[in-house]
Amino acid sequence: MQQKMKKVKITIQEDGEPKEIEIEVPDTGEGGWGDLSKNTYINRPHVRVDAVDKVTGRAKYTADIKLPGLLYGRILRSAHPRARINRIDATAAMALPGVKAVVLPGDDPAVFSRECRFAGQEIAAVAATTPEVAEDALHAIDVDYEVLPFVVDEDAARDPAAAQVHGDRGNVGEPRVGEQGDIAAGFAAADVTLEASYRCQVQSHIALETHGNVCQWEGDKLTVWASTQGVFSVRGELAGHFGIPETNVRVITEFMGGGFGAKFGARKEGVICALLARKAGAPVKLMLTRKEEHLATGNRPSAVQHVKLGATSDGKLVAYERSNYGTPGVAGSANIPGAPYLYEVPNYRIEQTSVFTNAGPMAAQRAPGHPQAAFAMESMMDEMAEALGMDPIDIRQMNDPNEARRNMVAMGAEHIGWKTRRSAMPNAGTGRIKTGMGVGSCRWGGGGGRTQAECTINPDGSVQVKCGTQDIGTGTLTLVHMVAAEEFGLKIEDIDVRIGDTNYPYSGGSGGSTTAASVSPAIKGTTMLAKLELFKKIAPRFGVEPGELVASDGNVFVGSDPSKSMTWQQATAQLGDEPIFFHGQWLPGYSDSGVPGVHFVEVSVDTETGLVKVDRVVAVHNSGMILNPLTWASQVNGGVLMGIGYGMYENRIMDPATGYMVNANLEDYKVMGSTDIPEIEILRYDEPERGVIGIGEPATIPTPASIANAIYNACGARIREMPFTPDKVLSALAAVKEG
Amino acid sequence: MRNFSYVNATSIEQVPSLLGRSWDDAVVMAGGTDLVGEMKDYAAVPKRVVNLKSIEGLDYIRQDDAGLRIGALTTLTDVLENSAVSQELPVLHQAVSVIASPQIRNMATLAGNILQRPRCWYYRSEDFPCLKKGGARCYAVGGVNTYHAIFGSGPSYIVHPSDAAPALMALGATVHVHGPRGGDEVLMDDFFTMPEMNIRRENILRPNEIVTEISIPKPEANSKGMYLKVRERESIDFALVSLAAQMTVVNGTCERASLVLGGVAPIPWRAVEAEDYLRGRRITEARAESAAEAAVEDAAPMPHNGYKVEIAKNLVKQAVRALAS
Repeated sequence: MQQKMKKVKITIQEDGEPKEIEIEVPDTGEGGWGDLSKNTYINRPHVRVDAVDKVTGRAKYTADIKLPGLLYGRILRSAHPRARINRIDATAAMALPGVKAVVLPGDDPAVFSRECRFAGQEIAAVAATTPEVAEDALHAIDVDYEVLPFVVDEDAARDPAAAQVHGDRGNVGEPRVGEQGDIAAGFAAADVTLEASYRCQVQSHIALETHGNVCQWEGDKLTVWASTQGVFSVRGELAGHFGIPETNVRVITEFMGGGFGAKFGARKEGVICALLARKAGAPVKLMLTRKEEHLATGNRPSAVQHVKLGATSDGKLVAYERSNYGTPGVAGSANIPGAPYLYEVPNYRIEQTSVFTNAGPMAAQRAPGHPQAAFAMESMMDEMAEALGMDPIDIRQMNDPNEARRNMVAMGAEHIGWKTRRSAMPNAGTGRIKTGMGVGSCRWGGGGGRTQAECTINPDGSVQVKCGTQDIGTGTLTLVHMVAAEEFGLKIEDIDVRIGDTNYPYSGGSGGSTTAASVSPAIKGTTMLAKLELFKKIAPRFGVEPGELVASDGNVFVGSDPSKSMTWQQATAQLGDEPIFFHGQWLPGYSDSGVPGVHFVEVSVDTETGLVKVDRVVAVHNSGMILNPLTWASQVNGGVLMGIGYGMYENRIMDPATGYMVNANLEDYKVMGSTDIPEIEILRYDEPERGVIGIGEPATIPTPASIANAIYNACGARIREMPFTPDKVLSALAAVKEG
Repeated sequence: MRNFSYVNATSIEQVPSLLGRSWDDAVVMAGGTDLVGEMKDYAAVPKRVVNLKSIEGLDYIRQDDAGLRIGALTTLTDVLENSAVSQELPVLHQAVSVIASPQIRNMATLAGNILQRPRCWYYRSEDFPCLKKGGARCYAVGGVNTYHAIFGSGPSYIVHPSDAAPALMALGATVHVHGPRGGDEVLMDDFFTMPEMNIRRENILRPNEIVTEISIPKPEANSKGMYLKVRERESIDFALVSLAAQMTVVNGTCERASLVLGGVAPIPWRAVEAEDYLRGRRITEARAESAAEAAVEDAAPMPHNGYKVEIAKNLVKQAVRALAS
């Protein structure tokens, strides 16, 4: 039986311009991944290939890199939220034994500014023979500041009389407006209109591994070990900064301890590390401290949303108005999705602004803008349901245009016992501890592209696959192994996979839940076409067409007559001296974008202490065709936990009087601990015909919203401000008591 | 962390001379779980660190007719796992069980726990030259004071972070101190000092004195105890509010109540008004409520920590009810 072929369009670069061409590839059916029931690896759970290396410490992360003569870098940061540097004197620092290099604002004005706009801004750096000497050197640098007025609170910053973050530009950015229909008519048609304000705090990223690099120059060639989500973006930025060709920069990320959106590009600390290494004439390692992580490496912007929602008495949403702002710190945007989140509302108007403050700049964080949007929308949906005397699920189902999500809501509700175990009346329990149940939903895009790969099949049967993508902890390395092994009918350990290096074929940054959907189709396409090249050499031996051959279980045979067979090694031996080498790229037809997700949560509220405990989470997610259900579930677990952290504990606290972050550590900035973790059940809603879709981001979005709704169901207190700490719960309970 | 010299002490007698007359000269280290953090944050910058763990014989729990004697270097884990503590002093057992994490309890000592320095974020951060570090102001005033004191009237608004100290105080424990002039004994109730007495420290110890032992009298018959602790993050956190309660109840009547709150004042805070109210009274639901009200009568919360008053009140109510039944 001849393998069916199909034509697909791909984009290639020709003379630096993208050009669309058509190529012929095997037709593997809807979703692209064939009959999943016949698979050995794909869509089956597989422990990550580097699990043992990671838990035994054999895996070497950036912080573990040691080179002969390695120096340790540290960055001096602004001691004031707003100041001008009059003079900076590093004489004493340079005189300390062991200090090998100091870089000052004048050394690189593109990196350092004399205008300090937040406490923690980079102003100088040192490299020394030990981390301790480097820290002493920082303390020995004498900076003469002209201290200037500042503002760190987004509400205060909106006042035109407030201190100006960026000269006289104003602290409030240009409004972004999204509208549809006629909101006046919409609200006029509403039987019930509700208004409320919701507040989300600033969240730090808290990757386990801090930002950091090891930089080594040899002449004008630079090698960088980077903790990054995008090796190629680091290469591009460093090549550009130092005016050298990209071919002179090699960036390596073999193992990486998380980024969550804050580790794209070389960033200032990467450029500073390279500057120090060049000036010292020695390799430099520069890993940031946890305090620096909080102050200067990015965060999820705050959101203050004033929402007005109108519905008819039967629950149909007819009008929505939202005005929101948040602070991205000194730079970036605090915008959240610009249409009513999840639900169809015919008439809406949204106006949003970013408010600059003298605090560290925002960075993308796992589903930028979505958890904030979900918190306000899903809280408001529950408030509307109550006002209309409806079940919160019924009002959602009525207004949700997404069929898969409606099915997922029904699936989760059935599983958790929404109708049977949840009290329709809030605050129904007796006694001090009240329990409740809540729901929240999300959407996310994802999708893939921008990935190339190489495959070599050697005459001895060994197979090597190279792709420049980096595994940021999600299991990318494992899925490359799985896709290639499946294609060749070999075992995972038979494939030599190399990733995390700009010397390998290009792949984009790992972000936006796009990595699996970018890398797996590229590996699939490359290995599939490499295999076809091999089959072309062997087919004549069996007197068949190449498309009639099958590679499975370590053999190559004729599909219609498996007795015509040879082992994989016998097949590759036919190559003589010359290996098969194939350079491929991402192909359409194996991935998709756009997924819904739903979380159900059960909580207990201690009404005397205000303490909320998340007891159980049922997370319903949809990733089309799941490559590896084990690493997929890890992403869902991690997303749920990060969402609980955001909803319950985490909060960047700026001291308004001094402009400093008071909890730039992991004691007062609270991330959840292992024993805070509730029971998490994950339900899969499969749509294999859609191919691969990412999961990293959707898994975190709906958690805070569903917790807030569960708290209300438990004790009748509506908490409209995150995180849901005892002070807020007690004051909301007191408000309920007073009626 | 600033560079420092490190000395292993080999006897108690040797320690006062290894220490100096100023806190900036030298400090003692036992488990180090608090001190090392302080040094990393430049809240403590000693020239010399004197290690006490090199002294033999300070790690013991001994029981006699008078009660329990616990050596200063006894780890929290050893206190937690001691059967005399768990059976006869549930208030202490429960308090130690909610301190930090198992890893920290394996290193930290009982004496070190009651000598902990404040966790106040202004005190702990190099950015703030606060009163407790010799500066001019308490940044909690006019700052973010969510976790600060609701009792005492300054000038510093730190809270005492220890869980063991309220329990030991509720049990009427005594601290044994060794200094240049030899040994001395001080009741826990007299050991801690308010900021107006000594802004830089939280107890009576002078720079060249150390704690060698904590002794706990045997609780009287019909006496029961419990420790309640409310933390934002239950896996590991300091108390928002905690309560050590030890009560002697005979036929439903309270003969004696010892109620010490943690996390609410610069020192473990004895709720004297509640204790006085309960003494000699038959415990009823309404009286538990009245005792709770009495406990927070003098509370003067700051703008962000009023919720602590509510929690403190409810903990007293819960404990009185539970111990009377």
